[in-house]
Amino acid sequence: MKLYSLTISEARNLLDRKEISVKDLVRSLYERVDAVEERVKAFVTITRDEAFKMAEEVEKEITEKTKVTGPLIGIPLAIKDNICTKGILTTCSSKILSNFISPYESTATSRLIEQGYVLIGKTNMDEFAMGSSTENSGFQVTRNPWNLERIPGGSSGGSASAVASDECIAALGSDTGGSIRQPAALCGVVGLKPTYGRVSRYGLVAFASSLDQIGPITKNVRDAVILMNIISGHDPLDSTSAPLPVPDFTAVLGQEIKGIKIGVPKEYFIEGMDREVEVSVKEAIKNLESLGAISVEVSLPHTGYAVATYYVLATSEASSNLARYDGMRYGLRVEGKDLVDTYMNTRANGFGAEVKRRIMLGTYALSSGYYEAYYRKAQQVRTLIKKDFEKAFQVVDVIVTPTSPTAAFKLGEKIADPLQMYLSDIFTISVNLAGVPGISIPCGFTSNNLPIGLQLIGRHFDEESILKVAYAYEQATEWHKRRPNL
Amino acid sequence: MRISKEEIEHIASLARLYLSEEEKELFGSQLSSILDYMEKLNELDTKDIEPTSHVLPLSNVMRDDTLGYSIPRSDALMNAPDRTDKFYRVPKIIK
Repeated sequence: MKLYSLTISEARNLLDRKEISVKDLVRSLYERVDAVEERVKAFVTITRDEAFKMAEEVEKEITEKTKVTGPLIGIPLAIKDNICTKGILTTCSSKILSNFISPYESTATSRLIEQGYVLIGKTNMDEFAMGSSTENSGFQVTRNPWNLERIPGGSSGGSASAVASDECIAALGSDTGGSIRQPAALCGVVGLKPTYGRVSRYGLVAFASSLDQIGPITKNVRDAVILMNIISGHDPLDSTSAPLPVPDFTAVLGQEIKGIKIGVPKEYFIEGMDREVEVSVKEAIKNLESLGAISVEVSLPHTGYAVATYYVLATSEASSNLARYDGMRYGLRVEGKDLVDTYMNTRANGFGAEVKRRIMLGTYALSSGYYEAYYRKAQQVRTLIKKDFEKAFQVVDVIVTPTSPTAAFKLGEKIADPLQMYLSDIFTISVNLAGVPGISIPCGFTSNNLPIGLQLIGRHFDEESILKVAYAYEQATEWHKRRPNL
Repeated sequence: MRISKEEIEHIASLARLYLSEEEKELFGSQLSSILDYMEKLNELDTKDIEPTSHVLPLSNVMRDDTLGYSIPRSDALMNAPDRTDKFYRVPKIIK
């Protein structure tokens, strides 16, 4: 077995038994990066020098016994490029930030650093996390390792592709409307969007602040649990982080799911969804029943309004958040004849088409005369969507759905039609609007050998139930063990 | 709903974006069809429904008024497109 294909817990065992060194592991990963990155294009920045420096420091700490235990010591991870890493380029895959070196560290990665992780590189994404295919990157198009002519999903397509390609042991992504779960599903890996407020957003470049969350993308559920234990928890630097205690998520691993109630929302099995996806997901539900879960049909009646609600709210928040890119304090500046001309030149040159489109849409929705009709209306529908979940969770413990209506689509297939692209998030978006946690795990493959994802949704701050069910399913199946031939 | 070219230009100016003629054309038609899709929301009666701006029951999060860490000036200025020793340098604002 190659070291680069290890999971976090497998690498931990070998490191603890001194069978390998941190540098062996890092070296193996860069050998893999050198072999496949040209085809996959998952990284915006490869931090080779920093990684070997971090590995050196960690090994010194191990030798000097200042750092003896911890699941993440010496584990190489990739980080999505909208998460600030001090002293390292953080571009959000945007030309407007192509030279931005973060002067501070995000809370999530600070916690990884405390635990002794090694940064392999920063991963490609749709510019400012706006997209579902990673084709909106200002720099490059990331490929799906299962089929290089297909998209990896998005916006965390670089992170998901890097994990599936074994270019890192695991990764962090961010999820505003499905940006962790959908690429995880399309790349055949595990992706968790925590409850809104569970993980600090400090240092996550803001797209839609009431929806954004950082979360793990990993090769299996156990690794997601390991990362969740580290990145979760209250942070005084993020006033929207929840002041709640964090359970030890490892406690759920191996718990049986007998008697747990899983809800199957009828609105998620609709005309037009891919037949193979439907068959795999229904098969997975049967599998969960055979493990003792009780499936119940539930209704989330406002599901059909989620995409419209989301694209009003997310673009409105984005148009406000992205006002900061004015060429004055950081990033690109394109001089003009006066201040306003400089602003407009800078933004016209720095932003790509999808970002401009969303800024326009959000500005429109918030502009005088339209605010009530769009923004306030969408906020009210958001309440209805949230209540749908509250009602369903009075009856069931976990909700099960497909993660995405189709497997990975072809490069260029949806890029010319933004609305079609937006509709590819149809099963993931409600989760962000309601603020509840959701995980995607592999549950099958199409006849073209493309991965299919199963989504499990939980109550607010009940990541434990979805992790418990996800782990039980994973133990009973082999899907997560398949790797692409690269 | 068809968004006029004037409307597109007005929104672009609010958003501080220069758009090319092709972009105005393209965004005009794309925003029109996206907004048509959003009309869906009007099928729902939302009278007396409270808007949700945020899912957590948190408001007015306060902290003690004590000195904490802040980013050193040199770090805060390190990405500036134009600067002096201590300040950002920006185009003239007051005419």
